[in-house]
Amino acid sequence: MHAILTVFAKEFRENLRERRTMFSALVLGPLLGPLVFAAVTSTSTRVGMRESDQPVTVAVTHAERAPNLLGFLKQYQVLIAPVTLDDAAARAAVATHGRLMVLDIPADFGAHLADATPAPLTLYTDASNANGASQVERVRGLIGRYGQELARLRLVARGLDPLVLSAVVVRDVDVSTPQTRSVLALGMLSYLILLATLMGGMYLAIDATAGERERGSLEPLLTVPVPRWQLLAGKVLTTCAYMTMSLTITASAFAIVVHFSGLERLGMSVNMPPAAVLRLILYCLPMVPVGAGLMTIVAAATRTMREAQTYLGLMLMVPTLPLVFAAIMGLRPTATLMLVPSLSQHFLIMSVLRDEPLPQLYQLLSVAATLALGAALCLIAGRLYYREKIIG
Amino acid sequence: MIAANNLDKRFGAVVAVRDLSLRARDGRITGLLGPNGAGKSTTLRILYTVLKPDSGDAFIDGHSVMCAPLAAASCIGVLPHGAGIYPNLTARENILYFGALQGLKRAAARTRAQQLIELLDMGEFAERRARGFSQGQRVKTALARALVHGPQNLLLDEPTNGLDVMAVRNLRALLAGLRDAGHCILFSSHVMQEVSALCDELVVIAHGTVLAAGTPEEIRARVGAATLEDAFVTLTGEGGGA
Repeated sequence: MHAILTVFAKEFRENLRERRTMFSALVLGPLLGPLVFAAVTSTSTRVGMRESDQPVTVAVTHAERAPNLLGFLKQYQVLIAPVTLDDAAARAAVATHGRLMVLDIPADFGAHLADATPAPLTLYTDASNANGASQVERVRGLIGRYGQELARLRLVARGLDPLVLSAVVVRDVDVSTPQTRSVLALGMLSYLILLATLMGGMYLAIDATAGERERGSLEPLLTVPVPRWQLLAGKVLTTCAYMTMSLTITASAFAIVVHFSGLERLGMSVNMPPAAVLRLILYCLPMVPVGAGLMTIVAAATRTMREAQTYLGLMLMVPTLPLVFAAIMGLRPTATLMLVPSLSQHFLIMSVLRDEPLPQLYQLLSVAATLALGAALCLIAGRLYYREKIIG
Repeated sequence: MIAANNLDKRFGAVVAVRDLSLRARDGRITGLLGPNGAGKSTTLRILYTVLKPDSGDAFIDGHSVMCAPLAAASCIGVLPHGAGIYPNLTARENILYFGALQGLKRAAARTRAQQLIELLDMGEFAERRARGFSQGQRVKTALARALVHGPQNLLLDEPTNGLDVMAVRNLRALLAGLRDAGHCILFSSHVMQEVSALCDELVVIAHGTVLAAGTPEEIRARVGAATLEDAFVTLTGEGGGA
């Protein structure tokens, strides 16, 4: 026990002096994630605001043929840009993104209106242009409303109740609360937290095994009268300590960023008071030994630091794979899924953010399964230290 | 006192050590002399418990490296090949770390580290971080680390590699002093002058087996060579078939 603490104290102190470890543990992971998150959410907030508030410009050919329609559109902040384009030119203008959309009013538009027969309009748009999709939708919706208004007036003129056209009414009930809506935007948060946690211990895991071997200090270390598993336990514990620091800083940084990210303006609210941050950290804590064990195994099995770095870079993806599956398949928490490490942490993080606690059994399953995996990985790492190849 | 009995060690198809036996007695400096790749490092690694022999056993002050490796390890100080130390720790911290791992109390380790720093003339760089140390400074630090717990037996793998003349002379004086204090010293080398200047006993090995053992004078006389170097060439030439 004394030897474990000795190794822990030495590794901890030595890595405090290693700029690369400190940078990845306390700066890069913990701050990069929240900053990326802040950038993405604030951009999407701004885009959302722009699209609903700002005027849309529609290029219209033969504007003189539909003065009432265009007057209606103008009331709703649609700017009319009269142009002269034939069919081919209109297609080209939209395809090259010269125009977001072109509205063509045919010569017989007015005649059809007068006869009360369907009056044709052509709207050239580019559905693959995601940027303008919501603006196109707005214009399309406004034109549709104009048509409904006219139809209603025609029925009234014929002495019919306009309601005869409304045989069925769908009432939309959106049960999403501000919290649940923001979870969509926060989907990447659990990914970034787990990634930062792993990165916090990465360089230390490399340095304490592959690095120590490369410097030639592993061999003298193995000559001391201390069981090898104790030496390794000290190193793994240090890795865990740095990962925990990373996790704590990351979670706190997220709480601050989320507070200032302006998600409220999108009609979202995020629940991250200090108590929630603490719960989030506790839920993620079992992932720490998993990551430390995994990274130590890789670092112990590789020959050089460079090789270890390459493999560990890939290894950072492994714990994030379940999250990708969860996103693609739209998985919901079940007792079985709570046995999957990293996925269960994702569910727990989401439950904290939504302020909808999962059943205690689920929490227990997540902690137990993840800790069991961590213990197994650390045991394997310990066994690797008894191989003769370890000294290279 | 170090005794190796019939050690065998192979790495895959390569036989590193074959039926190797040797003695290194207290109060003597024993040199393990052999060409590159003779199995010197493998033998030392078995003795300082980092490798396990495939068969045979070795005893450090009576402790079997097979059955009681930790007890055996506590009786030895090791200066491995390359003398790797921790670049982010100072020389003193490097020594204290091994003191703690050897089970010394904090105060005892501090006293001992200070003694060694003075003995090895390390005062100038004791508080500096080891990154950027010269080879001589690294070897001194590694040597102090090996001696921190006052081991009865000292194992050194090519200790004079990369040292300048003065440093080599100082190391010789230090080892001679330890010998006179009754310690058992076993070191490997492929440099003839070093061995003849320092050793009381000699074990010549090549291709993983012992070709001759005894005092330099005995070995020279037995081979019938004029100098130790001639004896070495004759031995390794015939024994190795090279």
